[in-house]
Amino acid sequence: MAVLALAAVVALVVLLAPAKPPNETIVVLPSADGHVGTVVVQRGDARQVLDRPYAASRSGQAEVAQLSAADVSQSFGSTLQSLPPRPATFLLHFVIGTDELTDESKAELDKVLGALRERPVPDVLVVGHTDTMGDRPNNDRLSAQRAERVKGFLVDIGIAADRIRTAGRGQRELLVPTADGIDEPRNRRVEIIVR
Amino acid sequence: MRGILAVSLMGFVVAAFAADVGEIKVVRGAAHIERGTERLAVRAGMPVQQADKVVTGADGTVGITFADNSLLSIGPDSALAIDRYVFDSTTHAGQFDSTLSKGTLAVISGKMVKQSPEAMRVRTPSSIMGVRGTEFVVKVDDPKK
Repeated sequence: MAVLALAAVVALVVLLAPAKPPNETIVVLPSADGHVGTVVVQRGDARQVLDRPYAASRSGQAEVAQLSAADVSQSFGSTLQSLPPRPATFLLHFVIGTDELTDESKAELDKVLGALRERPVPDVLVVGHTDTMGDRPNNDRLSAQRAERVKGFLVDIGIAADRIRTAGRGQRELLVPTADGIDEPRNRRVEIIVR
Repeated sequence: MRGILAVSLMGFVVAAFAADVGEIKVVRGAAHIERGTERLAVRAGMPVQQADKVVTGADGTVGITFADNSLLSIGPDSALAIDRYVFDSTTHAGQFDSTLSKGTLAVISGKMVKQSPEAMRVRTPSSIMGVRGTEFVVKVDDPKK
């Protein structure tokens, strides 16, 4: 009888014990170019800002911890190794007033093919840009047309059309910052992003 | 008239692609996607959609490239839900919310975070992370195991 009562008490304690929350770790890494960004972690009322390489937030710890590259590779090695290849970007420029690529840009197309061969399941993003001549809606349209034209070149050299997406950014992302209404050939460009 | 036709055609193309927000680039070991009531084996080249849940087995890892160039990977015994993914390829405005309920996650943020910091958020059972452009890793250890 006493044993039964004890078992009942133990069962009750187990049932009433709050579920243990998972242990969580969040670590900011330096990027390939050395730049370190910021992650803001909100956990209940606590807020931690991680903005140094290998700064870590852990559940149950009020202070930001400092980990090392070795700690991260031990806990996250196979995960990091499974990140997709970083996108490779190529820039094409046009001979002014034509839809002919410059000679340098023709050479870039060969590099695009090289990047495609390096990837297991490549897809291609073609993004057109304009300079600040003309109005913005027109530049959105023009940049999309430039991207479509370059997609045509890529299809001609053997890339499947259904693996290519296009976008036009208009004058939102100037390579060379200028005032409005400036004729700047370096801004009239198309990016090819192989992913 | 021709302008109107061109615009409506572009709208159609965008709609046809809209469901796909990313693509599986890397898969090793056992992994599947829960999509509604379906359970799909993960293979390289497979599209990823909003509301998908990507789940790996004890030997599984998966790498995904998203429309805005965000790169994500999950390690063994992990589950990641794509709660919300919206991205405008012209303006780069967007929102990317995901939840890691268990396992490990690695992230390299993409163009939407460059455009608007904290457009990307990652949730875990006890935290929410706002991403201001960076590379980071997250681990959720289930203490029941």
